[in-house]
Amino acid sequence: MKSLLFTGGRVIDPANGLDAGADVLVVDGRISAVGNGLAAPEGDVERVDARGLVVCPGLIDLHVHLREPGQTAKETIASGTQAAARGGFTSIVCMPNTSPSIDNPGTVVLIQEVARTQGVVNVLVSGAISKNIAGEELAPIGSLKKAGIVAITDDGHCIQNNELMRRALEYAQMFDLPVMDHCQDYSLVTDGIMHEGYWSTALGLRGWPAAGEEMIVARNILLAELTGGRVHCQHLSAAGSVRLIREAKKRGVPISGEACPHHFVLTDAAVAGSEKFWAADGQGVVGLPPGQPKPAWPCYDTNFKMNPPLRSAADREAILEGLTDGTIEILASDHAPHCSYEKEVEFDYAPFGITGLETELALSLMQLYHSKRLGLADIIAKFTVNPARLLRLKKGTLSVGADADITLIDPDREWTFSRAVSASKSWNSPFMGWPLKGRAVATYVGGKNVWAV
Amino acid sequence: MGNGTLRQKIPNQETPMSWNRKHLIDIESLTADEITTVLDTARAFKAVGERAIKKVPALRGKTVVNLFIEPSTRTRISFELSEQRLSADIINFTAEASSLKKGETLKDTARNLEALNADFIVIRHSASGAPAFLSRVLNASVINAGDGAHEHPTQALLDAFTIREHKGTIAGQKVTILGDILYSRVARSDIWALTKLGASVTLCGPTTLVPKEFEKMGCRITHNVEEAIRDADVINLLRIQHERQRKSMFPGLGEYTSLFGLNQARLKLTKPDAMIMHPGPINRGVEIDSEIADSKRSVILEQVTNGLAVRMAVLFLVNGGKGPQEITG
Repeated sequence: MKSLLFTGGRVIDPANGLDAGADVLVVDGRISAVGNGLAAPEGDVERVDARGLVVCPGLIDLHVHLREPGQTAKETIASGTQAAARGGFTSIVCMPNTSPSIDNPGTVVLIQEVARTQGVVNVLVSGAISKNIAGEELAPIGSLKKAGIVAITDDGHCIQNNELMRRALEYAQMFDLPVMDHCQDYSLVTDGIMHEGYWSTALGLRGWPAAGEEMIVARNILLAELTGGRVHCQHLSAAGSVRLIREAKKRGVPISGEACPHHFVLTDAAVAGSEKFWAADGQGVVGLPPGQPKPAWPCYDTNFKMNPPLRSAADREAILEGLTDGTIEILASDHAPHCSYEKEVEFDYAPFGITGLETELALSLMQLYHSKRLGLADIIAKFTVNPARLLRLKKGTLSVGADADITLIDPDREWTFSRAVSASKSWNSPFMGWPLKGRAVATYVGGKNVWAV
Repeated sequence: MGNGTLRQKIPNQETPMSWNRKHLIDIESLTADEITTVLDTARAFKAVGERAIKKVPALRGKTVVNLFIEPSTRTRISFELSEQRLSADIINFTAEASSLKKGETLKDTARNLEALNADFIVIRHSASGAPAFLSRVLNASVINAGDGAHEHPTQALLDAFTIREHKGTIAGQKVTILGDILYSRVARSDIWALTKLGASVTLCGPTTLVPKEFEKMGCRITHNVEEAIRDADVINLLRIQHERQRKSMFPGLGEYTSLFGLNQARLKLTKPDAMIMHPGPINRGVEIDSEIADSKRSVILEQVTNGLAVRMAVLFLVNGGKGPQEITG
């Protein structure tokens, strides 16, 4: 295997506290050395000029719907991993709400096999908490662990039965698996389809109150304390959730949270169309090129329908504050592809979810780095070492001996997201056509280049 | 919601052009001038409706599809008769008879209808935003006949027309809308129309059905019915839907009636010339005392009559008509 020498880049490796100009040497698909003025070894060495770029551990997204098996009109492992590579991701965790769901070891093995032969990045599998993601009885979590899962979750659904959630947290500790929860109290949310507030009132769309998420976050904190099990709250959208987790972490409760870019870029006003969004809440979006027309979209655009929904400007600000002060340690996409014909329907009937792998890094850099809230190392940590720690992965680092999963980032690169540059099978993104700032320009998995601009 | 496609403007128009929309999706995006144009045009059509021969050729050769995905009686009949009086060809399409039950999407259904060269789609749908969605995927003009809890623009226009006919003007009128506001598309369209024309609107009903968010639409909210009706020039009662009870929105119809129903005792608190309105269908003895519904104070049946003129005006205007000056009969 060809060796690689990345020269002249700014190496950011939060796991080792490194942020400095350095070279990175890769031999046999592993990190061989990191330092200044590294000499190329004998033999076949490719030099990569990384001047002006950030060299960092390959990014990890622990919240991706790959839709295979069973929903391959939306996405496949092949297309989803291509999209991941374009977004700078070298490892992704696929969610278990496939058909069949990942509640049995056979499906885990199937995904691993397809990923090995057709995928271009590492695919890590999460298993279901409950059989058939029905929230009624535990899935065979031990057998799933033996097959190789890295976490359990009923994502897309939320276990309503507190006793079942408690037992899942206790049981998962035998396997050191985190329990990742999509926090949604069904009795409070009922059939809500967008954030409950002024815009849901004006648009006549059924409201999904923020308390419906916060209530389950509070439940999870209490159960984490009761059991000692690790709970990870997925795609936080509400200010109260951030406040609860901040307070619980201070007390040492084993709880963590993730945020998705759409929840800290957009607000519920976006469902009323771009004119209303830019007028009401547009000032909270950082990094768009000045002097250019703002992105435009109509009202009731179903690419702005996801679960949890876009929330108020105050919630958006709270998520950004939670990311800034470290309450939220992990960035994720909740990449949820859907076919155009599924989304081109009445807002009520459209499925929840948007794609995100390819826009996630840019939007995070815009809202956190270009806004001067956080430095690059803090943002990269939320994409690398932090998810790796939660999932107990020996990844997300440039330590000598680690897999040579490497992403090269140009934080200032201006580009436009479009169908033409997307590798996903689906186009259900609210950011289609947006000018963005910051981009992964090359992605390496195990020392192999899988994407370059 | 700002998506009414504008027709190409014709330069050097002599009469002031205050209508150049291809669709009628909502009241929120209309200007006061546009609303007034509809009302003025409707007045001309109301005069046509009082003649021996009530039909005009304005839509001769045009095809209108009444696409009613949600059941409706009075709005569908009113649109149908308006279209007949404008000499349009009409296709009536209801969800029960359609392919929608076989899994066809709304977009495909509508595009099939358009392939039959339909010029206008009048749509009633239980999903908010369905007319706005259709207006983006079709070339035909789309008229919203009520979408979910979003808007019912022609109802608001006929309400405004009726108020103006009785009171002479809408500006300065105190209008109270009483009942289930949360789920009401009529309430939302009325709020936009009446506030744009200068009325002050008060909403009243149980706290569960009148959330605070409505204040941001420019209304005053009270949960005290006596206070709500005392100074009102117009009292617009909305139907209380029995099924809301099951969703724990209020304890029961009996309690609703005792707290919010318009009865004789409460009527005595109102101004002697306060108009009583209701978009129908009414629940006698629930939101309104039966005798009040039939009294001289009630304009409920006039609203139905005016609905015809207003819908004729809307069809006429989205067909490219510019205003009442063009209606000669």
